[in-house]
Formats: sequence, structure tokens, C-alpha cells
Amino acid sequence: MTAPNTAAPVSAQQQEQPLLRLVGMGKNFGPVRALQNVDLDIPAGQVTAILGDNGAGKTTLIKCISGIWQPDHGHVIWQGRNVTLHTPKDATDLGIATVYQDLALCDNLDIVQNMFLGRELTRRYQLDEINMELSAKQTMKDLAVMSVRSIRQPVGSLSGGQRQAVAVAKAVMREAKLVIMDEPTAALGVSQTRVVLNLIRQLASQGIAAIVISHNLNDVMSVADRLAVLYLGRLAAVGPKSDFDAQVVVDLMTTGTSRRLAEQASPGND
Amino acid sequence: MSTEIQQPADAEADEMAAHAAEVAAPDVIANSLGEYARIWLSRVRGGESGALPVILGLGAIVAYFQIRTSLFLSAGNLVNLMSQAAWIVTLGMAEVFVLLLGEIDLSIGYSSAMGAVITLWMVSPGNHFPWWIAALAGLAVPAVYSAVQAVLITRLRAPSFVVTLGGLLMGEGLLLFLINNAAPNSGGIIRLPATNVLYYIENSNVNPAADWVIMAAAVVLSGIAFWVRDSRRRASNLAAPPASVTALKIAVMAVAGVIIVLIGNTNRGRFVTAVRGLPWVVLVVTVLLIAWSVLLGRTRFGRYVYAIGGNAEAARRSGINLTRVRVLAFGLCGLTAGLMGIILASQQGGMSTNVNGGQNVLYAVAAAVIGGTSLFGGRGRMLGALLGGLIVAVIYNGLSLLGLGDAAQYMWTAAVLLAAVAVDTLARRRRPDQT
Repeated sequence: MTAPNTAAPVSAQQQEQPLLRLVGMGKNFGPVRALQNVDLDIPAGQVTAILGDNGAGKTTLIKCISGIWQPDHGHVIWQGRNVTLHTPKDATDLGIATVYQDLALCDNLDIVQNMFLGRELTRRYQLDEINMELSAKQTMKDLAVMSVRSIRQPVGSLSGGQRQAVAVAKAVMREAKLVIMDEPTAALGVSQTRVVLNLIRQLASQGIAAIVISHNLNDVMSVADRLAVLYLGRLAAVGPKSDFDAQVVVDLMTTGTSRRLAEQASPGND
Repeated sequence: MSTEIQQPADAEADEMAAHAAEVAAPDVIANSLGEYARIWLSRVRGGESGALPVILGLGAIVAYFQIRTSLFLSAGNLVNLMSQAAWIVTLGMAEVFVLLLGEIDLSIGYSSAMGAVITLWMVSPGNHFPWWIAALAGLAVPAVYSAVQAVLITRLRAPSFVVTLGGLLMGEGLLLFLINNAAPNSGGIIRLPATNVLYYIENSNVNPAADWVIMAAAVVLSGIAFWVRDSRRRASNLAAPPASVTALKIAVMAVAGVIIVLIGNTNRGRFVTAVRGLPWVVLVVTVLLIAWSVLLGRTRFGRYVYAIGGNAEAARRSGINLTRVRVLAFGLCGLTAGLMGIILASQQGGMSTNVNGGQNVLYAVAAAVIGGTSLFGGRGRMLGALLGGLIVAVIYNGLSLLGLGDAAQYMWTAAVLLAAVAVDTLARRRRPDQT
């Protein structure tokens, strides 16, 4: 329906080491196989959208990446190294930031205070407000989404899209290399959605990898470089966005296969 | 639709900036005195009025009492008022630490009295401890008492209301036990010798010349601090209040200091000997106010207290150790309450089993709430507790001057408390964040 609003760096720039590689990931809950044998590469500087119907395993997958759950099978390979994520903190320390739907911001604190929460700069045991504000301002400017004039307003007074932007900026400020966003545009209006989609593109243009989980095909098609479609815990298809169109994606999400995709010759793993 | 998406977000940015002008503090976004005043007014209209309603309410109550009796604004009565207000202001400041977390500590009314009894026992003629060691013990006991309850609250995940209600009952029992053992056969009273340094806190005055020196030093030092901070912001190209606003703030501070010292240094002796100078307790409370305001406003610990009160889960995800901050905040609440116990003992010349710790702590909560502290956490300031405590003390003092008793005093305090909550709630409805 809409063309992507930023030129996507879809070029086959990197066939080298992806930032994150999942190999044979599996997760069971009792008899329920929530994830089975998922292989997925997350390259730096690209937006990977994970699509799937309810119960397809999207949330299970990102919880395994962000350290909330441990996969029962398979490996997480981060920058070429095999890693085990026991806790969310392990993931955060590696540079994997997850922006949850409830966003976890303090409404009574302002933007700068939220962005530096838990990592405040100090100067002679006192908060160094000036350097924090300058640094926060720069990050917001790099992300090119917010009026910098408002950086000292309480987060509680912001709109949904602006709050999302602050949450993402907070992650970026913590030197995240991979930002995972769960339904970032759910509950947002048209203009706020546009702000958030611009923001996601900005992340990619700074070389940060992004994983976006969404039900909204329009948003996904306009923001993602790569799509991964899950169906009943299996990876139904993965590839650059150009391999897919909306109808194919819907087929994959609802049935796990798509005749049209098959007709387009090999879907290929990248 | 696609053309709309291609548009840069300029319109939205403008809209945000306009919105920000009404929400962010004028300190950080105004560029001239006129703009500062305009933003400040729009914030007051929008419900972000800060200390203004409290100050207006205090002014109205003071005006009423002055009209009813010209004695009210006499130097003697105003100094008396400062002495009377000291304990409730201090206990209000103690309660702010935990109210900001969204918790409450009901035990500090009795734990402060417990601390005072231990201090009084240590300085009693039989024991000869230096006054400062006794005072430290009197601060430490309530601090530990509150911190232990905080450990229970965080470990059991129990509501602080219930745990500290237990602390209140336990404290009353411990108080009776301590007094009966420390001062047996004294009718439940332990006295503070009138020769002790601690007795001077409420009953002796700073030398008038020293009053001027201390006040001038305080104004100059904080003036420099304000000026340097604002200049650094301007130098870093951050929005800062214009120099005229900074100068105005320092001027207001200086005028307030001069007025207080003039009141304190006016002769209020009723007989031949002149009585001049501010009571020591004014100095003690002022130092406490500055120290705790800096702690809450300019340190990591203070930031974390506000963060936990605002959204504990967000604070936890940001890597803040919730247990440590909570236990520390309760400990500081208890420590400040310990100071209140010593002030109260100094004012009364001792401590008795009649001390009403349950009512005192509720007065402290009232003082904090009148001063704009939210019971839901995350919002409030030490200065608010000072102003709220002053209002409670002014009502007590004014009604006593008018010869009205306890009945009127309780009803007036209740009315002011309800008015404060009503003003705050109505103002917050107009605010976007609703916190």
C-alpha cells in the first residue's frame, strides 16, 4: 500500500558474520512445542521483522533472545561467539535491548532523567545534569524524532509515539547493538506510528540491528529490510523484503506455505 | 496517504514544542524574564503550580490571625511559632522520604520518642555520656528501627502500612518499657537537664551578630551555587533561566533571610533583660532542609527514590537495586525522626509516656500532604513539608492566641488538609500525566 519512506539498504552488503545468529532454536512448554528448529540471522544495520499469527512463537523467540527464557535446543551466536543468556541482564550487557510494550518509563521523571536512569553521570557526588542533558539531546538528535526543546518535560506528558522514542533512545544510549521492539506501533495513531517507523529506520542507518514484532503488515512492509514469518513455532520463510508481497505474507502467516512464493522459484535463505 | 508519510515531522515538532512550553519547568526553557513569567503562569493554570497554593494558603491564614489579634505578627510570637513548628516540620520531612517511594511509615512517632528516651538516659546525671554521643544514639535507634521494618516490607512484599502499624504498636510498648526502666518511679517522665547542650536547641538563641553572619554566608554561598549552575547551563548552550531570573531568585532568598533574622533579633524580652537572636532550632531545621533537598534533588539516591515512586518496575529494569534504596530511604526517615525526638525533648524539657506518637505521625503525614507530597509516590519536596508543617503550627499557634482550644485546632487542621487535597486533585485533573 505505501512505499517505504526511507531508502532501505537492502543491498547484499554483508554476507559476512551476522550480528546475531540463531541455530536450531527450540523451546518446549510441557508437550507444547513453542519453537522448533528455528535458524535465523539478524544482520547489523538492518530491520528484521518477525511476523506470525497469535501463538506462532514470536514472543517465545524474542524472550529467548532477550534472556527471559532459555531455549531447550539450539545456540545463540552473538558476533561469532556462542553465548548463553541466563538472565535479561546477560542480554543487556551484550548490547541486546528489549523495548517492551509497557515501555517501563517513569512518568514523573523527565526525558533526560529517564534516559539516564540507573546510569547517571556524576560530578563530585552530584548528578551532572549538564552533561547528561547534552548527551541525551545528541542522542535524540541522532534519532531525529523529537523536538529537543522539550527534553526536560516529564515523560508522563508525552504521547505514545514520543514515549516509544524515549524508550528506544534510552536503549541506544546504553550502547545497544540490537534493539528488540514488541508491537511498537500497537495503540498508536497515524502520525505517531510514522514517528516510530522513522525512528526504527534511524536505528538501522546508525548500524544498529532492530527486530520488530508486529501484526501490522503495512507498518512491517514500510519499515523492514528482512522478514521472518513464523507459523506454529516453525520458521515458514525468511528473506529480504523484496521476496515477499502482502499476499504472500498473509498466506505464510495463516497456512505456513505460499504457492505464489514457491512459484517465484527458490525462496532461499538470504 | 503516502505523500503525508513523506512529509518531514516539522508540524509535529512544532506542536510538541508548544506543548512542552506548558509542561517543562520555566527554569529550563525560558529565555527572558517576560517569557519566564508567561510560562510560569501557564503552568499554574495547567495545574503545575508547585509551592504556590501552599504559600498563598499560609499567607491567608496568617492574614486572618493578624486581623483577629495584632499579637500574631509580633516578634515574640513569630519566634515562638518557629520553636513550635520545628518538631512537626522535621517529622514531615522524615515522612517525605517514604511517601516519595509510595510507602508510609507510621512508626516514627513512637520510634522518635524511643530514641529521645535513650538520649535522655545517656545524658542523665548518673551516666555522663557527652551530649553528642547521646544524640547519635538517639538518631541511630529510630533509623535502625525503620530500616528493619523496610527489610520486612521488601522481603515479605508486605504493605508498609501494615508493617509500620505493627512498628507503631511495638514502638509504644518499647517506649513505656524504656521510660519505666530508664527513669523508674518518676511518674513516666525522663527529664533533660536544663544545663545540657541539647536543652539549648529549643531554649537558647544564637548570638544576634552571629545570626547576621550565618545568614549572609548562607545567602552568598547558595547565591554563588545558583549563579554558577545557571551560568554553566548557559555556557553549554542549554536552555537556562535568564540571568535576571537567577538574580531575582537570589534577591528573594536574601530578603527572606533578612526578614527572618530581623524578626529573630528584635528584642522580645518582656522584662528588663533583652532577649534577642533566633533559636538554635531554626538553624538546625534550615541545615536539615538544605541537606535533604540536595540529597533528593542532586544525587543518584534521590533520583532513584523518585524513580521508584514513579514506576518501580521501570526502576528495576534500569538496574536500580530497589531493596537497597527502600531500606536506605526508610533509614533516613527514621534518622530524621530521631532528630525530631531530640527537638521535642528539648522543647518539653524531657520525654514522657504521654507522648502521642500515633497522632504526631499523622500530623507529619498531614504536613507533607499539605505541602504537596503525593501519597502515591514520586511527587513531593522537602520544602513542601516545611511549608505544610508551618501551616499546621500557625493554626495551633493562632488559635491558642485567640484562646480557642483543641476542638477548634483539630477542625481547622482537618479543613486545611482537605482543602490542600482538593486543590491538588483539581489541579492534577488539568495536568496531562495524571500522576
